[in-house]
Amino acid sequence: MEHERYFIKQISVFSENRPGRLAAIAKAMEEDGINIFAFSIAEADGFGVVRALVNHPDKAYRKLTGLGFVVSFTDVIGVKMRDEPGGLYEVARILGEAGINIEYSYAYSGKEAAVLILRVDNIRSAIEKILAHGGSLMEAAAFR
Amino acid sequence: MFWNERMETLKGKDLGDLQLRRLRWTVTQAGRVPFYARLLGDASVGTGDIRTLQDVAKLPFTSKQDLRGGYPFGFLAVPLREVRRIHTTSGTTGKPTVVGYTAKDLSNWAELIARNLTMVGLGEGDVFQNMVNYGLFTGGLGFHYGAELMGLTVVPSATGNTRRQIEMIEDFGVTAIHCTPSYAMHLAEVAGEMGATLETLKVGCFGAEPWSEATRGELERRLGVSAFDSYGISEMYGPGVAMECPEKDGLHIWHDSYLVEIVDPATGEALGPGEKGEMVITPLVKEAMPLLRYRTGDVTMLMDEEICSCGRGQKISRILGRSDDMLVVRGINVFPSQIEHVLFSLPEVGEQFMVYLDRIHQLDEMTIEVEMNRSTFSGELRDLHRVQEKIASALRETLGIRTDVKLVEPGKLPRFEGKAKRVVDRRGVLF
Repeated sequence: MEHERYFIKQISVFSENRPGRLAAIAKAMEEDGINIFAFSIAEADGFGVVRALVNHPDKAYRKLTGLGFVVSFTDVIGVKMRDEPGGLYEVARILGEAGINIEYSYAYSGKEAAVLILRVDNIRSAIEKILAHGGSLMEAAAFR
Repeated sequence: MFWNERMETLKGKDLGDLQLRRLRWTVTQAGRVPFYARLLGDASVGTGDIRTLQDVAKLPFTSKQDLRGGYPFGFLAVPLREVRRIHTTSGTTGKPTVVGYTAKDLSNWAELIARNLTMVGLGEGDVFQNMVNYGLFTGGLGFHYGAELMGLTVVPSATGNTRRQIEMIEDFGVTAIHCTPSYAMHLAEVAGEMGATLETLKVGCFGAEPWSEATRGELERRLGVSAFDSYGISEMYGPGVAMECPEKDGLHIWHDSYLVEIVDPATGEALGPGEKGEMVITPLVKEAMPLLRYRTGDVTMLMDEEICSCGRGQKISRILGRSDDMLVVRGINVFPSQIEHVLFSLPEVGEQFMVYLDRIHQLDEMTIEVEMNRSTFSGELRDLHRVQEKIASALRETLGIRTDVKLVEPGKLPRFEGKAKRVVDRRGVLF
């Protein structure tokens, strides 16, 4: 099976925790017409990592690196959830039963469905289990 | 290769006799300075009391403070009309120190620089770009005239406009550069951004601030040079006091011109080879401004071997720190150079760091801001934590104290074109 079809490139940006850093990132995206679907900020002890799912990850990477940001790609998956009670439980149960650990996650509510973005410790196995249970995943092709 | 083989390789009794003769001359010359006439009179010491080199211990020390007290011309042993040039040291506190040179001093100085540049493999046909301040700072004119004397083609580019500096290196086929190590680091950064390969460069002379072996590795790799440590202080003419030979294991100090002692900074007691302490220098050929047992404030040691494989004599180790820069943190002595050494040996550390000292609840706290290395960022927060812990534990191992390590974005910390000021001590501010 072609797992890579479902590997979504998340942009991870190292950022000091001081005013204006997120604004600087968001402004850079705006300048290049890049749409941010979802983002989250993980913070610890004076610095953090801004994680974002954007419509053009490579373009975003080039733009931010050019501005001096420290950027890297992280592979995540995007699970389409039913936007109703029980939607999250369904996904979490499948992974839990398969012994797959969720390192972090965030979500957004798109036009077609609610999307749960997951960083897991075993991405290939997560993809297989979700598909096997009839779940549906965002394809990487939607982000380029 | 030697510039003055006889003087550079003089050893044993021949060297001792020359040093003694010159020391006696220096004591006589110093006697023309009212400050020293009084000091020698108080101690009842005169030229006649200097019968062996060990008798140097009978002479009084001279401190930086003494020199400041003599501002502007109190330490001149010759009339001002015989002074051909004046340099001053950067006066960080109060008045600067004024240093005068007779015509003979200027030719002595150029000769010492010529020895240094010959020792690192330069000669006629080399193009030398001198990227330091050309004003009152001794590094500019000092290196300039020495390089001209030995037949190098000199580019007096001075400081600033790094892109132009890089263009000149490439357009003029520059083979050797002289600058501070922190500026060399900046040069490498900008050259990288410009895509300049600096093909022709082969030798880098770096001085005026302490730098580590890790920095040497970085500079050699990024600039494509063989990097040599150069030591000097304005009170001893400027650069030209000591420099590394191609062995790169300690610096050759010119024993025919400088009498070296290593002493305990606290007690002034003499220390032997292999023992770290403050370097005290009595210049042996300075006319306009002779000095007796000048406390340099630089911490180093005499190396054990009396002869180097290059044929020259006993070396001093690279400068380990400043006796007055020494930080006392929770009662433990810390040299900023130790911090630099630890940090730059870790691949996760980027190009700059800053050290802050605070007193919080009566306790000294050391905070170190470290620029991340772009290429080691995984995107994961826990990896950043790991890097933070790795740096803190490496520092604890070497310094013996706990530090608070903060990771910052590359390019955020200040860059220095002159002496790097990486330590900010805020402990005294509120008291």
